[in-house]
Amino acid sequence: MKLGFSPREEAFRTDCAAWLNDQLSGPFSDIRGISNLVDRPGRRREWERQMAQHGWSCIGWPEAWGGRAATIAEQVIFAEEYARAGAPNRLNHIGVELIGPTILAFGTDAQKARFLPDIASGNIIWCQGYSEPGAGSDLASVRTRARLDEGQWIVDGQKVWTSLAQFSDWIFIIARSETGSVGQKGLSFLLLPLDQPGVTIRPIRQMNGEAEFNETFFDGARCDAADILGAPGDGWKIAMALLGFERGVSTLAQQMQFRNELDAVIHAARANGKSGDVLIRQRIADAEIGLRLMRYGALRMLSGADPTAMQGPALTYKIQWATWRRNLGVLAMDVLGQSGEMWPLDSDRLPLLPNLFLYSRADTIYGGTNEIQRNIIAERGLGLPREPRGDT
Amino acid sequence: MEFALTAEQRMIADTAAAFFHEKASLEATRAVIAGDGFDRALWRAGCAELGLAGVLAPESAGGAGLGMVEAATVAQAAGGALAAIPLLGAAMAVRALACGGSDAQQREWLPAIAAGDVVAVVIFGHGLSETNGCLSGALDPAPHAHVADLLILFDGARAFLVRSTDAGVRRERMGALDATRPLVRLVLDGVRAERLPGGSDAGQAAYRSGLLILSAEAVGGAEAALRTTVAYVRDRRQFGRPIGSFQAVKHRLADSAVDLEQARSAMFWAACAIDENHSEAELAVHAAKVFCADTFFSCAAEMIQLHGGIGFTWEHPAHLFFRRARSIQTLLGDSVFHREAVAALTLDAAS
Repeated sequence: MKLGFSPREEAFRTDCAAWLNDQLSGPFSDIRGISNLVDRPGRRREWERQMAQHGWSCIGWPEAWGGRAATIAEQVIFAEEYARAGAPNRLNHIGVELIGPTILAFGTDAQKARFLPDIASGNIIWCQGYSEPGAGSDLASVRTRARLDEGQWIVDGQKVWTSLAQFSDWIFIIARSETGSVGQKGLSFLLLPLDQPGVTIRPIRQMNGEAEFNETFFDGARCDAADILGAPGDGWKIAMALLGFERGVSTLAQQMQFRNELDAVIHAARANGKSGDVLIRQRIADAEIGLRLMRYGALRMLSGADPTAMQGPALTYKIQWATWRRNLGVLAMDVLGQSGEMWPLDSDRLPLLPNLFLYSRADTIYGGTNEIQRNIIAERGLGLPREPRGDT
Repeated sequence: MEFALTAEQRMIADTAAAFFHEKASLEATRAVIAGDGFDRALWRAGCAELGLAGVLAPESAGGAGLGMVEAATVAQAAGGALAAIPLLGAAMAVRALACGGSDAQQREWLPAIAAGDVVAVVIFGHGLSETNGCLSGALDPAPHAHVADLLILFDGARAFLVRSTDAGVRRERMGALDATRPLVRLVLDGVRAERLPGGSDAGQAAYRSGLLILSAEAVGGAEAALRTTVAYVRDRRQFGRPIGSFQAVKHRLADSAVDLEQARSAMFWAACAIDENHSEAELAVHAAKVFCADTFFSCAAEMIQLHGGIGFTWEHPAHLFFRRARSIQTLLGDSVFHREAVAALTLDAAS
């Protein structure tokens, strides 16, 4: 067991830090420090392509598909340096971290050849279509339908909370392909282009005023019969496997963003004297400890035998970071006092910490609510009996 | 960077877990706490079979020459068994002597401590007066000092070795909340003491190792409390179903599991940071102590609550866990103290 990085790993750190700094103080200085998901999507597409051209877009992928087959330690280092350099949130995150690894694991050779190069190059941006108005926590009750017709899948239905659909080119969905099926059976995992007459995307304004997510309507939308991962009926299995990849190295980049947020709270506390308040000090200490433990939990998860296995720290990670960040939002407002509740009338966006206060209310909901996480931890992790299920 | 146990470390952890599983029992612990709170049979067997007291001692002194990661996994196993043994004192004493003792002191004491022949405890005090090599003053209450042969005392940067049987050492074992680790009042009245030359290095080494051992014992205790409670709520039926199927019950245990995973991360972080003399070591030991001790307390509290009435009885072991969790929270500085230490490192450091 070892915390420190080897000289070779530190050399890799120097390399990637240097490249990132060159780019972000040079040609891409205009997108440095963007911490939300919606600013300057055009420039951020160019940034994805630039990273790809220099071999930084998907370093954990096999070399055959445009990656570097980087070790876990190298991926950790890149994620940390990426955030430290103030590089923007990745528009290509879902492609590189979620659907790419899923295609690598479940795709046919033809599917790999068709989809992976465009993800690696940053040419095609992906979004995720799981939730529906009637299928949130109870995801297996999706009702979007898919049927085969003359060599094409025809899709009808509605997805919701589709993050960044308005900037994306393709979407992956789970849809009910077996008429009359219920629950986890009879679902298929389909890949669809968004730019077609059968797809309508409507942004949803969130409580913080921004619109990252969308309603996505499918009305006779089409994709090729071959654009299915696994066999018809395998949809649930593949959808869950994809979620396993979500707890990968990208969590470390996310933690660097949390670091910036906690540093902003600490900075504010020092500036207004709250850093001398005994209770605030105790809470900042808890926040600091929680963030460090998130890092070491992630490193344990990544250093384990199977980084995507849902066990131990991987099983508890979601509720841990979501709850931590929601608490940080409250702490931020307690530190700021009234100065956190007002800003210049002409600002077009909330300041960082008030935005954190509002936005972090979503963290304990999306990607599995805290309540669902507790069920999963108790049932899969601790082996407690399942909830009795109601009629569906 | 490789944040997982090596095969050898895993083997040591498994061996320690198997030893305590086989040799320690709650019945034995109950018998011991009715007496003087020192399970001599377990300690002797642990020292002979596992090298319990000498995990951290150099091989040249008869120890295993291992690091904090290994020591933590051993303490975790001991903590899970609520073992009434002076493991904390042994680890702290070995580190104090190894880091601040003279060659002669190391030769005299390390092999004997590592073998388990000499029981040692480390005590932090203040305001000790030293006249002609003799010490006087009162010390903080210290666990297991009544069965110790050697007392290692710290007062600021000064460090002393005292033989507990020497004239002028007054020891009074108190009734104890945690009878697996009875507290002892100590008063010195002109006791012959020997200086430890590397006082401040020894003090830091002893203190950090002590925080880590307590953190690891807390992780082991929390694991055992959670495991026992989970087994109970799977079995116990009310309203025609196991109570563990109710969300009101399972969500509390899920929260315990979330804390416990973080406590494990904290323990290994602190252990590695000490071993590698990492820049985060100071932060890590304070953080680990708070998080692990508080996690043990909440798991032990849930153990009582979720067992219902039976969990409140003397017969049931829940109170042994609960008492021990509280005493770990207090030993070597309580959670408010260690949070403040983290805050000072976080807020007051030059940025």
